[in-house]
Amino acid sequence: MTSSLLYAFAGVALCGIGLFGFIRLRHLLRKLMAFNLMGSGVFLVMVGLAQRQGEPDPVPQALVLTGIVVAIAATALAVVLIRRYYHLSGQTTLDESPKEPSQ
Amino acid sequence: MTSSALLPVAALMTSLMASVIIFALPEKNYRLRTLINLAAAILKLTLVVVMVWGVMQGREYEAAFTMVPGVEFVLRADALAMLFAGLSALLWLLTTIYAVGYLENSPNRSRFFGFFSLCVASTMGIALAGNLFTFFLFYEMLTLSTYPLVVHRGTPKALRAGRTYIIYTLTGGAVLLLAIAWLHGLVGDLRFQEGGHFADLAPSLEGPVTMIFVLLITGLGVKAALVPLHGWLPQAMVAPAPVSALLHAVAVVKAGAFGIIRVVFELYGLEATSDLGLLMGLAAVAAFTIIYGSTRALFQVDLKRRLAFSTISQVSYIVLGLCLFGPVGAAGGLVHLVHQGIMKITLFFCAGNYAETLGVHCIDELDGAGKRMPATSMAFTLGAFGMIGAPPLAGFITKWTMGTGALAVGMDWVVAVLVASSLLNAAYFLPILHRLWFAPQSRPWPEERRWGRLETSSWLFWPPMVTVVLTVLFGVFAALPFSPLSWVELIVLREVAL
Amino acid sequence: MTLWLMAGLLFTPLAWAVLTLLMDFRKGRVVTWLGMLVQLLVSLGLWAVVAGDGGFHYALGGWQAPLGIELRVDGLAVTFVLLTALVAAACGWHASIYLDPAKSWHRYFWPLYWFLWAGLNAVWLGGDLFNLYVGLELISLSAVGLVALGGQAAALRAAIRYLLAALLGSLAYLLGVALIYGQSGSLSLAGIARLTEQSGGDPGLAFALMLMMFGLALKTALFPLHRWLPPAHGIAKSPVSALLSALVVKASFYIAARLWLELGDELGSYALAQGMGLLGGTAVIWGSWRAFLQPKLKQVVAYSSVAQIGYLFLLFPLTWGASEAVSMQAQQGITLQVISHALAKAAMFLAAGNLIMSVGSNRVEALAGVSRFLPFSLFSFGLAGVSLMGLPPSGGFAAKWLLLQASLGSGQWWWLVVLLLGGLLSAGYVFRIYRASFVEDSDIDHFYHPPRSLEVIPMILALLSLGLGLAAESVLSIMALPFEEGGGV
Repeated sequence: MTSSLLYAFAGVALCGIGLFGFIRLRHLLRKLMAFNLMGSGVFLVMVGLAQRQGEPDPVPQALVLTGIVVAIAATALAVVLIRRYYHLSGQTTLDESPKEPSQ
Repeated sequence: MTSSALLPVAALMTSLMASVIIFALPEKNYRLRTLINLAAAILKLTLVVVMVWGVMQGREYEAAFTMVPGVEFVLRADALAMLFAGLSALLWLLTTIYAVGYLENSPNRSRFFGFFSLCVASTMGIALAGNLFTFFLFYEMLTLSTYPLVVHRGTPKALRAGRTYIIYTLTGGAVLLLAIAWLHGLVGDLRFQEGGHFADLAPSLEGPVTMIFVLLITGLGVKAALVPLHGWLPQAMVAPAPVSALLHAVAVVKAGAFGIIRVVFELYGLEATSDLGLLMGLAAVAAFTIIYGSTRALFQVDLKRRLAFSTISQVSYIVLGLCLFGPVGAAGGLVHLVHQGIMKITLFFCAGNYAETLGVHCIDELDGAGKRMPATSMAFTLGAFGMIGAPPLAGFITKWTMGTGALAVGMDWVVAVLVASSLLNAAYFLPILHRLWFAPQSRPWPEERRWGRLETSSWLFWPPMVTVVLTVLFGVFAALPFSPLSWVELIVLREVAL
Repeated sequence: MTLWLMAGLLFTPLAWAVLTLLMDFRKGRVVTWLGMLVQLLVSLGLWAVVAGDGGFHYALGGWQAPLGIELRVDGLAVTFVLLTALVAAACGWHASIYLDPAKSWHRYFWPLYWFLWAGLNAVWLGGDLFNLYVGLELISLSAVGLVALGGQAAALRAAIRYLLAALLGSLAYLLGVALIYGQSGSLSLAGIARLTEQSGGDPGLAFALMLMMFGLALKTALFPLHRWLPPAHGIAKSPVSALLSALVVKASFYIAARLWLELGDELGSYALAQGMGLLGGTAVIWGSWRAFLQPKLKQVVAYSSVAQIGYLFLLFPLTWGASEAVSMQAQQGITLQVISHALAKAAMFLAAGNLIMSVGSNRVEALAGVSRFLPFSLFSFGLAGVSLMGLPPSGGFAAKWLLLQASLGSGQWWWLVVLLLGGLLSAGYVFRIYRASFVEDSDIDHFYHPPRSLEVIPMILALLSLGLGLAAESVLSIMALPFEEGGGV
């Protein structure tokens, strides 16, 4: 097993764990962290699978860099929204609270 | 655009433009609105007359462009188109006059007349359509523009009637679309052509083409009120009288019947339809509708509903006429397009007059109305006799032509149907006439209004007078070159090449 | 000249976004009006160039792919660019009058709006998989922000749900891109297509394609992954809902369609194609049914979007393994459907916003009397409804016709049922609105009449959607070779 394949498998495993958490966890911040874990997994897969004959390949590295930037922006947006949501509704999950007046 | 393309387009645009302008006018500008309405109607009638003249001399008017890849939008003024277009244009003018009087002082007139103009534009498009695709376009447009007129009053009853109407007509439209798309996929874009296209049909195509015919008739039969697809028509009588008069007694049901005519004569061809064994089936459905409609009419207490069932019955005369495999029978059916339109609109105008002037909606309230409103009642009487088929009125011409046509091809049972139907017509019209003329007024009128010298408002008075005179003229002078019968004979000569 | 046009298309929105970040709502809207004009002119200019000289590839900054960004400008791309310019301009103009300047956070509408526009242009013009990813992300994040502008807890909940769904979709897409790069060493669609033609269907690549389809379907709200759409589109402000339903969901569909048309024949399967079509058909029926039951006007329109999106996925079964002619018909039909739905849905949401503002309530029953006192706004809603029902002469009808022909031509007659039934079901919820507005309950006009300009905008869009059917042939000929690859990397 080459090291790149190892990275790829690790990436898939991280992705799986992240996906499981994303679906099952209810607290919004935890969902967000699960998403970040998934993202890291995908980046790892990208780096791992895309090594060609051991030479450094700039393309996947460029892609991963871009991906990290996008993930940061998304995470920042999510955090802001979750904070504001908590401030307005006092809730940390997306479930409808029974006593909330209908729109 | 050459002048030959300009005329059909212009005929369409008069009412489209009128509609747009009327929608833009504020509600209170009723004088300007009336002016535009009448001007557009007169202009359209003029254009149609010009086209009729041209077609009689053998000229061709056509406008076409490719709308969607593979299929064309075609407007073509041929003899058959002019028959329907002429009827629509003339009756639109009369109904506009009638509607101005009928809706006086009621709300939402801008909305009403705007959609009214759209309806007429759609009817003109249906008449002038040169292929099934264009026909379908305007057919659905007619559905959409008539809905606001049916629900005009906004009462729960009107809204329910509107919902029934839409369910029937849109479902019919979907079936029709399926048939058209299927046919198009099989044989490509076919224009309407005298004599039809399927005279030499490949045997492998016979099955699908038969199925498509059934679907086409079903889709068209909803508007043409063939039983059992007729359920929307009696309920639609809740609409104001001008709507019931023009649209549901003339335009919408005739559009369906006209579509059937186009399909049988100019798409499939009379011979092909008969070879596929479809003509008999269609005749059976038509005959059943005739008897069923007349029978149901007997039991109706509301005047407009009785007239509605009468329409259901009478429109199937047209379809039955087509199925009489021969030129005479076809002529009878086709001429009924015009005759039934004129007679039925007279009856509806009179019914509207009774409702507006006396507040009378039910037949048993009509006692003694002949004395109070003699001219209207005279018009009603003549219209009723025309329906029954009494000579020398227009209705008699129809029944006589159809009867002789049926005997000529050996379909004697049709004559029995015609006779039975005439008897039923008498059974449901004569009691009304008796009440009008011979029964003394038993109670005060529900809601009487007076308008000066004439028995009713002049806007309401003259249209039925004009149409009843036409009923008499079309019957008495049927043999003259300019009567509907002669025009129809011209068409049949070209269509039924037997 | 082309240099300026391309720069205009991508960088003007970004520059404007930064500019409007520094301003308040009122100044921002004036600047935006200027920007909309610029964008419209640039889009028209590009369209003229393509109509005259044909499509071309354009490397941004002169750097070649794969490290540089290469854009692909063909007939279809430029049609969508123009569509975006039209609809976004209309929605932006509507928003500038509709939104309340007194609420300080509304000033963020403009930067988010411009970022959204930039992302949309990037997707239409994108030439390789990764740039498409970046465009998609830009769109999603801006859209989420726009939804959250509503301010209340419900809007935020809808925004968060939307964000989570969008992120999941993007990650699935990205994983697919990673797998494809790993297998094929190329990121451009043309390069990958060539590879798959030579080597045949590779299970790794097929799996990657399925992942990407999943991610894109989630972002396009295909049934059953549609749960995020009704809250987001229903609760957002009307101009935002219009942008979302009309353009945002189409961007992810566009990418999915491009992928399928290049790679689907080799990497897809009959089961996958029919499966996606089946989900689309279910969306049509389910969405229309739910729309019929909704008590609130904007929720009706939102579920209508779910239903109409279902039609788009008929592209998959109708082009897989089909003959050239049938595939072309299907593509043309779907393209017309995208354009006409964008115009009609934007018109519908904007008109709904006007109606809600006039009536003072967002419930359908509150519309009684509207047809008498607010006919103009109702009429735009009504005309848009005609296109959604697929009735002639609208663009929706032309699309339906072409799809019917494609279904018949490929022998997949079961889609006929979906197409025809869908039209009838959509009539159900559209006529429900008409009926509610025809109810006469009082003779007094107690409605607030919106400014004329607010009413004119949806009318223009609705008329365009209606007239699209009549001009279908010309629009389709502009697209020339839809979805086809011109040159390669």
